[in-house]
Amino acid sequence: MQMVAPATPKSWYLPTKPHKFCPGCGHGIVLKALGDVIDELEIQDRTIFGCDIGCSLLSWDFFACDSTQTHHGRTTPVMVGIKRARPELITIGYMGDGGGYSIGSQHLLNAAVRNEKVTLILVNNTNYGMTGGQMAPTTLPGQKTETTPFGRDPELTGYPTKGPEFIAQLTPDSAYVARATVSKYNQLRRFIRNALRNQIEGNGFSFVEVLSTCPTNWRTNAQQTWHFLEDEMEHYFPVGELKNPFGKGGK
Amino acid sequence: MQQVITENKKAFMTGNETAAWAALASGADVMFGYPITPQNEIMHYWTRLAPQYGRGFLQTEDEISAGFTVCGAVQSGKKAFTATAGPGNVLMQEPFGMAEGMRLPLLAIIQQRGGPSSGTVVYSQQEVALTTFGGNGEGWRIVYSTATHQEIYDYVIKGFNTAWKYRFPTFILGDGYQAKMREPLELYDPETRGIKMIDTYPLIGLDGSITAAEREPQHLCNIYSLEEELYDVVLKNTAEYESISPEIVEYEERQCEDAEIIILSHGVVSRAADDAVKALRAQGIKAGYFRPITLRPYPEKELRAAIAQSGAKKLLIAESAYGQFYRLTRQEIYGETVKMENLFMPGVGIIDYDIISKVKSIL
Repeated sequence: MQMVAPATPKSWYLPTKPHKFCPGCGHGIVLKALGDVIDELEIQDRTIFGCDIGCSLLSWDFFACDSTQTHHGRTTPVMVGIKRARPELITIGYMGDGGGYSIGSQHLLNAAVRNEKVTLILVNNTNYGMTGGQMAPTTLPGQKTETTPFGRDPELTGYPTKGPEFIAQLTPDSAYVARATVSKYNQLRRFIRNALRNQIEGNGFSFVEVLSTCPTNWRTNAQQTWHFLEDEMEHYFPVGELKNPFGKGGK
Repeated sequence: MQQVITENKKAFMTGNETAAWAALASGADVMFGYPITPQNEIMHYWTRLAPQYGRGFLQTEDEISAGFTVCGAVQSGKKAFTATAGPGNVLMQEPFGMAEGMRLPLLAIIQQRGGPSSGTVVYSQQEVALTTFGGNGEGWRIVYSTATHQEIYDYVIKGFNTAWKYRFPTFILGDGYQAKMREPLELYDPETRGIKMIDTYPLIGLDGSITAAEREPQHLCNIYSLEEELYDVVLKNTAEYESISPEIVEYEERQCEDAEIIILSHGVVSRAADDAVKALRAQGIKAGYFRPITLRPYPEKELRAAIAQSGAKKLLIAESAYGQFYRLTRQEIYGETVKMENLFMPGVGIIDYDIISKVKSIL
């Protein structure tokens, strides 16, 4: 039987492949979808990819695009600075839930309010992966992490942050806001495409949260991992487009 | 880019207004800022002047963001700057650290206010330690401590060129007095003084197509996997910083040749020191004047030479802080046996009388 290798996006930087994410991690799927969309929209030569600190930092040399790296939570202002200085560039900020919703939340919130014409992709795996599995703003009630070893108690630490929901409330109609999941690849790709199209057309802020997997810190096998993603996370964090300037079913 | 100052112009304005004009004359493309006293009027003048010359401005959500947006803008090849003070300077240490680590030509104007904490909104020289060695790095910064409005104008222009020539973050260290008082100065176009403004260039978003294989993609690194990788980077940057330091160091020295006591000061306090030295000399007391203009890199060799040449028995360090400039100096001239006296007046102004009285009490 002949093995069929999945097609590699042209915008991937091949000298750094295979990538360095853990087995079972969802980052590879998100970055595959992003690579496919960069190819499809033919924006590789004018894209600036910026990654945060946390697991997302492993993507710093992932694409054959000019790329930069900053501090934990600060990707948003760096991308805003680039876009304000060079509006012809397509700026993609890539971050985790800790970087976006916790330490960098003031930047995310205010960039959304100002309707900055950048695209931010935030990967939600319900924990701080790189630092060893601590509670994130997105950790589910009852979920065990290194800093909630008996399960997250909302009485003590609040309920999980619902990013796209609050960003949708802060942005005008020209913004694009969606939540995708690595379990629905075609939809993920479509949402990322819409988000980038929104920036290319100069409409406004575009934001995609992507529900993703972290079997290393969840301490789950393949079946448990998929169960947590599809049955627990997708139940708590509804997947879909919250704000789409292209109208329903926009392609 | 449109010329801002078409002919030399005498002006009477505040230091903050001076800084805005200097940034315009330097060809700065964009300012990112956040309100904090006493630097606010830099933004106020910039926001009125910049649109006339096609320059940009964004008021960010905080100083952290102001610093990081500057980092992004300079990476994309634009001459960007910010200004801050006090607790804002504390918050900006994070983006200043990124600028050190990634060798970004960031320019920041610091108008010192009283500290610690919110302190006062008025004046101090208490941001010396923070501006020279803040952050989790090794002090790869160039810090010009100005004393007059003319210097604010001159060193903002020079600072942009220093930042872009050497790619170390560069600071114009002023204070609340310089920010708020008015005094005369001359505005000029840098080119008319033979100052060539260095062309900026992008580190990302370069010309040439990656897909057509005209160039390689740029991957700017900010975090290293291995200790040895970082070690090599730190040694290389330190060596570069040390090798360029002699070209950058600036200082003023007057009447140290035969001085029995050298008065050491920086920034606006040096104006009082200059007056004090003149008064003391008139009274027959052999006082000398030494002022580092660059606090980083420090004019260490020059100060040692001044001490050696004069044979002065005493150094008097006068500063509007409780020993920040003193400690900086002490580490730079370690081993000198000259006795170091001090006049520490944290967060308040120093006038010639204060220095003269102190000198008389210790001679």
